[in-house]
Amino acid sequence: MERLEVKGLNHSFGFTKILHDINFTLNKGEVLSIVGPSGGGKTTLLHLCADLLDVEEGSVKNTFLSTAFAFQEPRLLPWKNVIDNISLALIAKGEKKSEAIKKSQEIALRFGLEEDDFDKFPKDLSGGMKQRVSFARALVTKPSLLFLDEPFSALDIGLKKELQSVLIDMISKKELSVLFITHDLMEAIRLSDEMLLLKADPGHIVKKFKFDIVQNQRDDKYVYGKSAEILQDSEIINTFELELKS
Amino acid sequence: MKFALKILKDFPAFLWSGWGAVASILLFIALWDSGNQVYGDLVLPSPLETFKTLHAMLNDANVIAEIKTTLYRASVGFGISLLFGTALGLLAGFFATASMMSRPIVTILVGMPPIAWIVLAMIWFGMGDETVIFTVIVASFPIIFVGALQGTRTLDGDLKEMAKSFGFPWHMKFLDVYFPHIFSYVFPAWVSALGMAWKIVIMAELLATSDGIGASLATARSQLDTPTALAIVTIMIGSLMFIEYIILEPIKREVELWRD
Repeated sequence: MERLEVKGLNHSFGFTKILHDINFTLNKGEVLSIVGPSGGGKTTLLHLCADLLDVEEGSVKNTFLSTAFAFQEPRLLPWKNVIDNISLALIAKGEKKSEAIKKSQEIALRFGLEEDDFDKFPKDLSGGMKQRVSFARALVTKPSLLFLDEPFSALDIGLKKELQSVLIDMISKKELSVLFITHDLMEAIRLSDEMLLLKADPGHIVKKFKFDIVQNQRDDKYVYGKSAEILQDSEIINTFELELKS
Repeated sequence: MKFALKILKDFPAFLWSGWGAVASILLFIALWDSGNQVYGDLVLPSPLETFKTLHAMLNDANVIAEIKTTLYRASVGFGISLLFGTALGLLAGFFATASMMSRPIVTILVGMPPIAWIVLAMIWFGMGDETVIFTVIVASFPIIFVGALQGTRTLDGDLKEMAKSFGFPWHMKFLDVYFPHIFSYVFPAWVSALGMAWKIVIMAELLATSDGIGASLATARSQLDTPTALAIVTIMIGSLMFIEYIILEPIKREVELWRD
């Protein structure tokens, strides 16, 4: 069984403690989201899980066969065109170039890019288009675990929904497990099976929420209803310091 | 290969876009001619006379030999700078300490006027090839070094992380992530270093040797042979323009297509 297991994870930058005693397990086919205010150590946690940072204390055990990462910013290579950017992920996995380009074109079309865009450099793409390319690049390798670092935060609602529904589609087919971090509660409620609430200074998990209905049956009513319900939760109010602003 | 073909394919269009440049050069020649009409032949020979002298010189085997000597010195000096400047600059860029330590040395090298280097080189090496080549190296090396250093220092950490997250093998990291970025810094540095080398070689020859175009320029000066002096200047500028606009600029355009 493929799974990601995090046990007793602590992390510090210099003398500042960023994460304190983080424990969770992500099984195959599940979506786990970590929500919390900005600057709460979410990105650090994700980077530790994705092996972009070295674990200092505790353990991160990742038995997923393949992983991919979509960042908050698209992080495309500016000197490569759309298709070359996507196909690099495949070529890095040892795929043949012609095959990689074919697959990249297919997935680019699926993510709403047009053939005219294939030869464009990132400088000629809009922010939303770049994020589409970034998503396509992450998913073209058919990873079994996808790490998402607030990838929807800079997108308009239409594009946000579009990309989310592609994800939900893949999740429902049990093709994909996702670990994602966000500060948008509704996004987490729409996508995740389990939601962890990360409180800052230092980052520690204060509460876990579970959502039982499968993702493709969650309509707007469910998402809004759940959001309203969760926003009443005292831990949420406390963590996001909501009472100060109301 | 594909890349070279694309440069060749775009070349006619590039040339066609050069009419503006041609017009401005012709305008400059017209100004030059009116200067000749005001000040007379001794001070400023007419363009026609200069080009006639130029034509005669280019048919003279001695002059061609002088040009070859100068070309040899410039290419050896520039070649050494290119090789060592790029290699050392890249190396220094990869280590924070090395780049910090090399900074003041580069400032000294850049800040020291080439004429002072020529004097020192004349004392150290005497009058000959070495003096000229040394001066060319000293003048063009720091430019390339700084370009390569900047290229490696400014590598984007976000892109490195991206490459890591997708598990790029080392050769892909180098060819697809590092190289294009570094090259976009190093290549312009090469171009400006080449311009520098070409200017410095003439200056060093003028002061320190008895052969080469620079020395011919010194002879023309002592004989008040203004047409020859101007013809030599034309050779220098013409060759520089040829290299820069016909050879390097098309490459640069292709290389930097992805830039804003």
